[in-house]
Amino acid sequence: MDYSQFLYMPQELGLLIVFLFVFLFDTFLPKRYQSSLPVLTSVLFGIFTLCNYFMLSRGVAFNGMFENTAATFMIKVILNIGVLIVLIQSIKWANSEDMAVRRGEFYELLLLTVLGMYLMISARHFLLFVIGLETASLPLAALVAFHKKRYESHEAAAKYMFTAVFSSAIFLMGLSFVYGLYGSLYFNDIAYQVMNNTSAMLVVALAFVIAGIGFKLSLVPFHLWTADVYQGAPTPVTSYLSVISKGAAAFAFMVVLVQVFGAAYSKVWEWMLYAIIVLTITLGNLFAIRQRNIKRFLAFSSISQAGYIMLGVIGGNELGLASLMFYVLVYIFSNLAAFGVAFAIEQQSGKVSIDDYNGLYKTNPWLSFTMMLAMFSLAGIPPFAGFFSKFFIFASALECGETSIYILVLIALINTIISLYYYLLVVKAMFISPDECSIARFRSSCGERVAMIVCTFGVILTGIVSCIYTFLVEAAKDGMSMFGLLN
Amino acid sequence: MLGGLALCKNIKQVRAVATVGATALMALAIYLVIAFLNLRAAGNDAEMLFTEGALTWFEPLNIKLALGVDGISVVMIVLSAFIVFAGVFASWKMDPLPKEFFMWFCLLSTGVFGFFISIDMFTMFMFYEVALIPMYLLIGVWGSGNKMYSAMKLTLMLMGGSAFLMLGILGIYYHSAPEGGQLTMNILEIAQNDAVPHSWQYFLFPMTFVGFGVLGAMFPFHTWSPDGHASAPTAVSMLHAGVLMKLGGYGCFRIAIFLMPFAANELAWIFLTLTGISVVYGAFSACVQTDLKYINAYSSVSHCGMVLFAILMLNTTAMTGAVLQMLSHGLMTALFFALIGMIYGRTHTRDIRKMGGLMRIMPFLGVGYVIAGLASLGLPGLSGFVAEMTIFVGSFQHADMFHRVFTIVACCSIVITAVYILRVVGKLLFGAVQDEHHKTLTDAEWHERLSTITLILAVAAIGCFPNFFSSIITEAAEPIMKLFA
Repeated sequence: MDYSQFLYMPQELGLLIVFLFVFLFDTFLPKRYQSSLPVLTSVLFGIFTLCNYFMLSRGVAFNGMFENTAATFMIKVILNIGVLIVLIQSIKWANSEDMAVRRGEFYELLLLTVLGMYLMISARHFLLFVIGLETASLPLAALVAFHKKRYESHEAAAKYMFTAVFSSAIFLMGLSFVYGLYGSLYFNDIAYQVMNNTSAMLVVALAFVIAGIGFKLSLVPFHLWTADVYQGAPTPVTSYLSVISKGAAAFAFMVVLVQVFGAAYSKVWEWMLYAIIVLTITLGNLFAIRQRNIKRFLAFSSISQAGYIMLGVIGGNELGLASLMFYVLVYIFSNLAAFGVAFAIEQQSGKVSIDDYNGLYKTNPWLSFTMMLAMFSLAGIPPFAGFFSKFFIFASALECGETSIYILVLIALINTIISLYYYLLVVKAMFISPDECSIARFRSSCGERVAMIVCTFGVILTGIVSCIYTFLVEAAKDGMSMFGLLN
Repeated sequence: MLGGLALCKNIKQVRAVATVGATALMALAIYLVIAFLNLRAAGNDAEMLFTEGALTWFEPLNIKLALGVDGISVVMIVLSAFIVFAGVFASWKMDPLPKEFFMWFCLLSTGVFGFFISIDMFTMFMFYEVALIPMYLLIGVWGSGNKMYSAMKLTLMLMGGSAFLMLGILGIYYHSAPEGGQLTMNILEIAQNDAVPHSWQYFLFPMTFVGFGVLGAMFPFHTWSPDGHASAPTAVSMLHAGVLMKLGGYGCFRIAIFLMPFAANELAWIFLTLTGISVVYGAFSACVQTDLKYINAYSSVSHCGMVLFAILMLNTTAMTGAVLQMLSHGLMTALFFALIGMIYGRTHTRDIRKMGGLMRIMPFLGVGYVIAGLASLGLPGLSGFVAEMTIFVGSFQHADMFHRVFTIVACCSIVITAVYILRVVGKLLFGAVQDEHHKTLTDAEWHERLSTITLILAVAAIGCFPNFFSSIITEAAEPIMKLFA
């Protein structure tokens, strides 16, 4: 075996090194230094994220099972930024007494899931893909259960575990059909064969595959676990679940559908995805209106956001891939800002209801300002980044010019109005409601503040600084052309 | 031209900065007019001036930061600058949180100016939304009455309009060039290419027209306007009725009509009917209201309906009238709302049944109100007359039955306007004093006087020297209306 192949996966190796360091520190560091572990991990991961700059390598390894393109590189960098923000956010939480013995585990499990996502993103063979998928989702169940003394946390973990396993099973079922049809699990091989042969069996197979990944992305009708898990899990884990694992799954979903089964687009999966998008956006929005718990609220809003991300997939072109990555980046900033604020408040006062936010502006202006930016960005209001990401994702979906897609985009646009309503409800609570605020003035911890500042700048600048999007489009072109279809 | 951006820097300290900013803005706007006229006089007859220096922004979608002005946008910018100036003085005593108020106010005006100077659909749309969202907080936090409901209704309805608009813009973009050509967001290039297929125009024209029409308070999408105006604080009502509603009219012809002349011609009758209804319906509704702000808001619906009505007549005279009407209505509604705000600040009621005889108590405000009222019902010498006269002359040029009947119907609104204006003036200013307590009230203070006088002068200027404005406008309207000749 040619070991130099490992050099084609620099990001994975780098992450592994970070992981090993954290593991060693956790095991061998004397007890009194243990509390420096969160900061240490954040710093290490930060260095790793910066080093990513030098890690762009394009190439195929392990007989074509693994491939790095500019697009996979970029999405990994985007995820890294998100993970870094989550890590910084949770420094204070990880240092709380309750966490004392399990601090190390939290970081090790978290980093492991990131590694799984990397593999899933770069996989060019379904076996590797499944390994990545499992590595990414099973440790998360343990993370969800991290609040040892709260039964909601355990309930959430059980729910997450069952759905994760169940969806994997369905996904594997679909794969077995695919294997039966084409006799191979290499993406390349399947893509070629799909061009010549789309049997009725493929419809069934793809239905299973879509359902399997749909669980991870919490697309309707596979979303039922989302709200409970988001509510029960510790908030850093929730924010991680809602942005990082969703972003990775969205990218992988696009790769599978567009690159592997692209030839079966109009016959097989376009209408499936069409229906799923309409349902996801609409139901996610309608349920979000009624939520009073901020975490459940963000859960349903993230369901509908996933629907918007899928518009990039249905476009199925370079612009779509670029817009998807851009959307994920913007979504990371805006959602993590929202979760950051919710987390800081929860840490401080234990309040999680939107009604408790009434009059927050009077006591904590900066927190409410950050929250407002996040809400505006999620709702797609210019000049914040969310507007640009929504515009681009709609533009990419419309590029093919079919009337049905125009209708789809119109539905999505009408839904943005509904979503604007409930995002504004939060803004209203903070700024307009006359009540005395039940949350006292407080200073959030240093880590939380750093994370929020990063997110705020991200929300404001990502859209206006146009080179980011241009760069992603270049990366997406590379990502689409490297793939076997065009050879 | 960069006046819009200059305002951004105001986000520091309160009154002084706001005043300096607004004054600078006005100076810049006037300088822009002079520069514009000089260039025209020098024989530069391009459709848009100051277009050089477009910045590529998002290369993959060919989005550029393209700026440019023609005669119509120049006068709109002047209008906005005047109203921002007056608005700052009208909200001199803003309580609570003055800093935040002016921050949002600045953002709003940034959006407005950006909208008028953009010639790229994307930036235009972006500034349009930038101008909308501050309204929510401005009304919600500083408003009065049923403010939460109004703020939410206004924001959602306007954003709903912009949802249609976004689809329309994307649709135009993807059909902006002939097969194989470079797609573009630039309005001038699209108009030059004239490549939007006719079948698509049938779909895209209503999308964009309704999108902007919501903001132009077109029937049946006008319902946000009375509630919104009634609840908003004074300066916001002024800016909103005075300028924001003009965004709708401006957008309607700049994007919908200019880029899709075919469908504009074919479908004009539908929208003519709707705007005809809003002209008359708005005026009738104003007659039965008892809240001063509601009266004025419905009269805005009627007048803005007139703007869209005139635009849809698709000829140069009516178009000139439409822009004049935008100017005149903008100034006089702002004047109205400013005065109402001042009266309300003293009497703490806006119900005309509870007030009377104010002319003796506060003569300055009373006279201002009478002047505004006379302008609104079209007294020669003030702006309203010029605008409405031009519109009706223009629209009567159509020889067919349909257009003429509608013109006559719309003409009736002038009479109805007179009814409600005179009713209010009589009741409010000259009747018996209804409340003993009112006798102790004082007249306007210096900043209120300044705000009022600025607007009155502007109204009179249009009324007395209409030629100056209409020549600038006609010049700009001609190339657009040539599409329909």
